[in-house]
Amino acid sequence: MSQASQETSASTQFDELPTAPPKRKIRLSWPGKIGVSVLIFWAIIVVIGPTIAPYHEADILDEELFIVPGSDEMYPDTDFQPPSSIVLLGSDYLGRDTLSRILFGARTTIGISLLATLLAYLIGVTLGIAAAVGSKFLDMCLSRVNDALLSIPSIMFALVLIAALNSPGIFWLILIAGFIYAASVFRIARSLGQEVMVSDFVEAAKVRGEGLWWIITREVLPNIAMPLATDFGLRFVWVILFISSLSFLGLGVQPPMSDWGSMVKENLSGLVYGSVAPLMPALAIATLTISVNMIVDDISAATGGKLAKRMIS
Amino acid sequence: MSDLLEVDNLRISARNDDDELTPIVKGVSFKVARGEVVALIGESGSGKTTIALSSLGYTKPGLEFTGGEVRLHGEDVISMDSDQLRGLRGQRVAYLAQSAAATFNPALTIGEQVTETCVLHGILTQEEADARAETLYRALELPDPDKLGKRYPHQVSGGQLQRLMAATALCGKPDLLVLDEPTTALDVTTQIEVLKAFKSVIKQEGAAAIYVTHDLSVVAQIADHIVVLYAGEIQEYGTAEQVVEKPSHDYTRRLMHAVRPPPAAGQGDETTGEHHRDAPALQVKDLLAGYGRIQNGLPAITVLRDVNVVIERGHSVGIIGESGCGKSTLARVMAGLLPAAEGQVLLDGGELKPALEQRKREELQKIQFVFQMADTALNPRQRIDNILGRPLEFYLGLKGDEKRRRIGELLDMVELPQEFAGRYPEELSGGQKQRINLARALAASPEVLLCDEVISALDSIVGANVIELLKRLRKQTGVSFVFISHDLSTVASFADEIVVLYAGRVVEKGTTDQVLSPPYHPYTRLLISSVPELRVGWLEETMQTQEAQAGIDRVVTLKDKGCPFFDRCPLAIEGTCDQETPPVRTLAGNHAIECHRSEAEFAH
Repeated sequence: MSQASQETSASTQFDELPTAPPKRKIRLSWPGKIGVSVLIFWAIIVVIGPTIAPYHEADILDEELFIVPGSDEMYPDTDFQPPSSIVLLGSDYLGRDTLSRILFGARTTIGISLLATLLAYLIGVTLGIAAAVGSKFLDMCLSRVNDALLSIPSIMFALVLIAALNSPGIFWLILIAGFIYAASVFRIARSLGQEVMVSDFVEAAKVRGEGLWWIITREVLPNIAMPLATDFGLRFVWVILFISSLSFLGLGVQPPMSDWGSMVKENLSGLVYGSVAPLMPALAIATLTISVNMIVDDISAATGGKLAKRMIS
Repeated sequence: MSDLLEVDNLRISARNDDDELTPIVKGVSFKVARGEVVALIGESGSGKTTIALSSLGYTKPGLEFTGGEVRLHGEDVISMDSDQLRGLRGQRVAYLAQSAAATFNPALTIGEQVTETCVLHGILTQEEADARAETLYRALELPDPDKLGKRYPHQVSGGQLQRLMAATALCGKPDLLVLDEPTTALDVTTQIEVLKAFKSVIKQEGAAAIYVTHDLSVVAQIADHIVVLYAGEIQEYGTAEQVVEKPSHDYTRRLMHAVRPPPAAGQGDETTGEHHRDAPALQVKDLLAGYGRIQNGLPAITVLRDVNVVIERGHSVGIIGESGCGKSTLARVMAGLLPAAEGQVLLDGGELKPALEQRKREELQKIQFVFQMADTALNPRQRIDNILGRPLEFYLGLKGDEKRRRIGELLDMVELPQEFAGRYPEELSGGQKQRINLARALAASPEVLLCDEVISALDSIVGANVIELLKRLRKQTGVSFVFISHDLSTVASFADEIVVLYAGRVVEKGTTDQVLSPPYHPYTRLLISSVPELRVGWLEETMQTQEAQAGIDRVVTLKDKGCPFFDRCPLAIEGTCDQETPPVRTLAGNHAIECHRSEAEFAH
């Protein structure tokens, strides 16, 4: 009895020291904060861009707009106009307003990329988890097919598909981009899933007699959601660049619809005249992709940088 | 100047994300004289490793020195620049990490790695270093000292690797050795061999050492002075005899209290109550199991052979053996995680299907598995109430208020406050997580609880508390326990019956009293004599015994024929023990020993 009371008094004095580190929170660094603001800015533009645009994306501006008061020039050039109060970011090779086209193009570029990335995730995560939890045979089949897909350069692969389908519409563009990027998502989802599948808590669930569905949705997915979200950001950036590259080659979004990638391409000749027309959409692509990257950096720092290694694929 | 190292009012703090400093080490002072071993002892989080590393002028990332001095030969190492530190580390102060297996590069030979540091620092030429390494191998009593340097790390045993780490550290004749828990991960029989080698080589080389550990009985064997730490402060500082024999501080006494007494007969928790003698709760019959593809009825690697274990209702059976003996495999077979190749697992007398997927939900409910590492056994993304609630829902169909009430009861049972229901596992300490881990298994209202090394990863005081909890739960619930551990003292303090496994065979089984008192199987005798005792001088006495000399420093080998213990056995009979499977001798009261020798022969 006396020993027991002695022990309780001692235990109040020497509690077990906390072994758990404090919960890591995502802390935004300065670049991260800038990234978030830029991202929010573009998100707003996607929603209201077309309504605040001074002109329609396909409008070829009237020559009259550019007549300098007092000059006797009747038919001034409307193409590659420098920035002015009439065209804030100048005009493009057909004399369309660059600002309006960027505002309209935000919806196309971001929309297509987002849908394609979501599609890539839908396919990649589903098959990746299936490979991680399924039989060895299933894993081998899926992984070998995936390896084969990954070995084909993505732009080449897309070019062949687009050519075969004879320049199909935006719908097919999304499908192709989603399909091509699903391969790398598959790899990440599979390796993350495999890691969780061998953990003790999944084993505990198996011993309990849990079904596969419960294990996937309750044990595996919550534990890989964070790394996948980080990868989603990066993958999204890749898809934007990919779609823009295709548009630049003239195989992506078709005129007169505006899209940042094709805008760079159309106005390339303007560089000779010192026009800003090809630079502005390029700048738009750069701000969007760099800001996503800056946010991803912060998230992966919060998860201990473990993801960084896996994502070099 | 007699003091080699002086640590003077050392302060180290951690800087968090908000740039706030939290003190980790709060004004610690001690001295290490030439040729002396000073032990830093404390539980995890006490700052012992942080203090030890400061003698190398190093702090872990996120920590910084905020005051005090660490003087080596009167020179402050904290204020040294990186060039000076390079001269210090590896030359004058050498560090020995906890896990040798993780430190050695598997692609390089042992010799290259042992000599690398001193050759790199230009202390010795390669030839001199090789010769020095060979002397050290001899001093550390490593086998084949002249050829050892040509071998690769995977070709020697864990205990040998640990000693080779010492050779690496000593090669450049450092003034000070820093040993960070060098024997914690080792089996008892290996630990004793490593301790002995360390002790003699430190004496021989005249080096001083800082020995970091949480194990007071190990410290008693090797240290001259002991520094007892708690939460970054010195609780007690004195000579080894003083601290071990006449501890003056409360905390030291608590540490000593938590050291499990050496296993002795009459200690087990004998269940006296009359239980139904009908069918045992769980029984394993003629089990053969292993890993890899099964061909001709035999798995590629056979881990368990001829295993027969009976767990009576309400009893607790301890399963003991060194790493690699198959004790966890046995638990996995019982749980159905690893289907057996041959033999049966019976629950309440009814045969269970070997694989998990074929077993019924009621059968699964009756056998619950408690995993070793609570850190990894609890899903970090689930709250405690979800973790405990799931088995209630899954097996018992409890919902809503009823479920919530039961979760509260379970938390009470494992002595945790109710508010923990809303926390995530990472917000709990190691011992608390282990309690949740237990509560989850209890939630299923099982008949048999399989506890796989449940306290091995915990600090001694915390572990002792968990054992107390288990004892209480056993009385409360009447659940049968299978208690797996490599630590004989733990098993002895908890189990009614003990099964001793060696290389996949049951070498001895019986009640705790029977197993812990003569007659012993030679292996049981070795195990019992290897558990360090909390007194100075124990190590030297033990090394004199016949068992120790024959059995220590050998690798467990799985064999197809004969007795697996043959290589290490002082009583081995050449031609019989290595050829024929030993017979099971049943002694009084169902005490069984598997050995060729007769009762009279091993009773000595």
